[in-house]
Amino acid sequence: MAAYFPFSAIVAQTEMKRALLIAAVDSRIGGVMVFGDRGTGKSTAVRALAALLPPMQVIAGCRFNCDPKRDKTCADESCTAKRSVTTTRPVPFVDLPLGATEDRVVGALDLERALSRGEKRFEPGLLARAHRGFLYIDEVNLLEDHLVDLLIDVAASGENVVEREGLSVRHPARFVLIGSGNPEEGELRPQLLDRFGLSVDVRTPDVLSERVEVVKRRDAFERDPKAFIAKWADADAAVLAQIEAARARIDKIKVPDSVLEAGTRLCMAVGADGLRGELTLLRASRALAALEGDKKLDIDHLAGVAPMALRHRLRRNPLDDSGSTVRIERALEELFG
Amino acid sequence: MASAASAALDDHAPDAGPDPWSDALLAARLFAVAPQALGGIVVRAGAGPVRDAWLAYLAALLPKAMPLRRVPLGIADERLLGGLDLAATLASDAAVAQRGVLAESDGGIVVLPMAERLDAGTAARLAAVLDAQAVLLERDGLAQRWPARIGLVALDEAQGDEDRLLPILNERLAFVVSLDGLSPRQIHIPQADPGGVAKAKRSDVTADDAALETLVGTAMAFGIGSARAPLLALTAARAHAALAGRVELARDDLVIAARLVLVPRATQLPAPPPDEAPEPEPPADSEPPPESDNPETEPDITELTDMVIAATLALLPEGVLAAMSAGGVSRQAAGSGQGQRRKSKLRGRPAGVRAGALGAGVRLNLIETLRAASAWQRLRRRDSGDTSGRVIVRPEDFRIQRFVERAESTTIFVVDASGSAALARLAETKGAVELLLAEAYVRRTQVALIVFRGAAAELLLPPTRSLARAKRRLTDMVGGGGTPLASAIETAQLLGLAAKAKGRTPFTVFLTDGRGNIGLDGSQGRPIGEADARAAAKRFGASGLASVFIDTSPRPRPEGAAVAAALHARYAPLPLVEATRVRDVVNAFDPSGKR
Repeated sequence: MAAYFPFSAIVAQTEMKRALLIAAVDSRIGGVMVFGDRGTGKSTAVRALAALLPPMQVIAGCRFNCDPKRDKTCADESCTAKRSVTTTRPVPFVDLPLGATEDRVVGALDLERALSRGEKRFEPGLLARAHRGFLYIDEVNLLEDHLVDLLIDVAASGENVVEREGLSVRHPARFVLIGSGNPEEGELRPQLLDRFGLSVDVRTPDVLSERVEVVKRRDAFERDPKAFIAKWADADAAVLAQIEAARARIDKIKVPDSVLEAGTRLCMAVGADGLRGELTLLRASRALAALEGDKKLDIDHLAGVAPMALRHRLRRNPLDDSGSTVRIERALEELFG
Repeated sequence: MASAASAALDDHAPDAGPDPWSDALLAARLFAVAPQALGGIVVRAGAGPVRDAWLAYLAALLPKAMPLRRVPLGIADERLLGGLDLAATLASDAAVAQRGVLAESDGGIVVLPMAERLDAGTAARLAAVLDAQAVLLERDGLAQRWPARIGLVALDEAQGDEDRLLPILNERLAFVVSLDGLSPRQIHIPQADPGGVAKAKRSDVTADDAALETLVGTAMAFGIGSARAPLLALTAARAHAALAGRVELARDDLVIAARLVLVPRATQLPAPPPDEAPEPEPPADSEPPPESDNPETEPDITELTDMVIAATLALLPEGVLAAMSAGGVSRQAAGSGQGQRRKSKLRGRPAGVRAGALGAGVRLNLIETLRAASAWQRLRRRDSGDTSGRVIVRPEDFRIQRFVERAESTTIFVVDASGSAALARLAETKGAVELLLAEAYVRRTQVALIVFRGAAAELLLPPTRSLARAKRRLTDMVGGGGTPLASAIETAQLLGLAAKAKGRTPFTVFLTDGRGNIGLDGSQGRPIGEADARAAAKRFGASGLASVFIDTSPRPRPEGAAVAAALHARYAPLPLVEATRVRDVVNAFDPSGKR
């Protein structure tokens, strides 16, 4: 297991860290797309999140990570039979590398079993492994089309249906999709972009002292990962506690009608397409309130997540040069001052 | 460090001067000290004795157990990353994995010939392996993580303004050395000293905050946004100190690192100290675009940083300075991303498998076929009574490999920016380009923009699919002046043919009234301008390039139609140029634009 850079040691990049924490608190938000320049630590931050997450309850021996409380049956027969024996397991953080083949993504016939025992058994793929956890695709805009098609379908339905090699398997695959990429390498397919709940733009900090700190910490980490991780262990533990507290609190957060209405007005003002934007805006604000330890949603929470929840949902207006972020901030200013 | 640096102030000049050959040798020595940490070297040179000599020098510096391994262009994923070893799998009745070239090269150096032609997908795979120092394999039913601590040598053979090595990889390789223009007689090949390299490998050089700040500040002054650049420079500086047998960084180390690592990435010249230079006037209403990787803030530069920048600049060959001030040496063609993909039976990148019958022009995917067959072996053996142990494959097991072929269409806009109506036309064209790019993923097309005004045509936007890049370029468009139509047609033809040579389908969109008044040689006058334009249009037409001619004159006149006829172009009078209508015309006529 490779050592991961501690999440709390990431310098600046407030919006990216906030978006990742929100996704960790409420998985229904639908994941995070991180756009950014090269060398801004996009994948460092995403991988750092993995090391942070609190463990989850699973049924012992289950290969599909099924949820003892929520999933009633499992594609694994042995698992359906013995649902009472549970154990904890780290939340899965699954890398989908470029060059992965379809059989490994959706799952396929277990070749080894088939060859050695003549047994027809389903070998779960990355989608099964990512169930209840995170599926990360670096350079997602370079992912091959047929894999993108698969992902779009599964990310929408939360279920993976496999019909191949005489196998007929369906299993739940609810995961937080995290993508990162550089827009200069090519645009992301709109249908896939829409699956991401939040989108953040990462830029290089333009303050010298921050950049020095970035390089200094990275250098310290590379020279002695163990010591560096130990140094930040307390800070990372605090972030973990924050996530757990927020998860416990999020369903109790009060949402005043005035804030609901403000969210609707904002979406209309910026021309965010579809209800998905409004829903994501609300959920993300609630997760932010929970992270900040507040009991009630207010306009500040809304404003704090509006750019990341809406910027990839605005209709493109090629004759308006200002970026989506500017348009959202302008609307926030006009509506709420 | 401050004291070490000031002590080093009186040092003699660094051990390598500005001549490219000694820099290339120095880069090889530094790289040999820490190949994995430094990522690699981009070697810009044509194939030939000079490059061979450099590679031999590098090979001699490395331990015997660390061979240079060449990876051919267009290598398939199963050989690059790894996959199922079919023969061994069938022989042993257990899934046996076979490492790809990258995992096999663990601890060694991988050489990429013709690196400028590497496609975006392969470049991204290599980048991921460099980052993880491991191959993450999810293929052929196998999930593996193999160590792959490698350094890359990318041989970039691009000439002139051709596409260079993709930025995603360029970004991760510390050095860029250029051997172009060196003749075998000019170079001196010193005795390689692998012992010195081996000793340096074991040494631990400390870097204090001042050294870090200096490299970060220098990177900022040269307009480099990525945090990887100063980190690579720091590693290079450490390697340099270790080679010299020091355990503390000195100014020389920083200067060398700045020259070899930072300068090739520079996008701007460092601003001179404030007391000497007039403050450059920032454009009044310009807000830096969000995509900019070139923040305009004034860095807080320390004295040491100033010294390093000055020393770096003093040792640069003049050509580099000129290129930098002319707008960035490392601004290179960005990756083209995924292009249009034609489903093809035999060529291109593998893209999934389907069940199907064998026949002419299809390729069997052996592994998938055997996988399909494997489940049934026991049953079939029992049914057929075959005890030979051979794998029994039936027609229903056949799996056919699907391939996608990169066949991108390139839409070339040729826009008349002359005369009084230019500004409105430019704005609308810009809108059309952005509309088309916004649909680029659906339409799978690249867009290029040639603008003509004044004396000659100019390629303002080289073919790209990136909206971000296009927006940045389009902000600088200006209008007015003469109408060098002939030059524009010629430029479009060259670009179109170049696109065709790369396997793309070019489509040219002319937006003009067709009334040239500047000749090919730049001479003014309506008669020569029109004659040259007509001749250029005929040549364009004869080359078989598809195009549409949008006549923008308020009242269409015969000149426009005549040029269109010579171009063999579709003719579309559009007196009121509007972004959406231009887009519709392109969509209607572009032969590859059918959805």
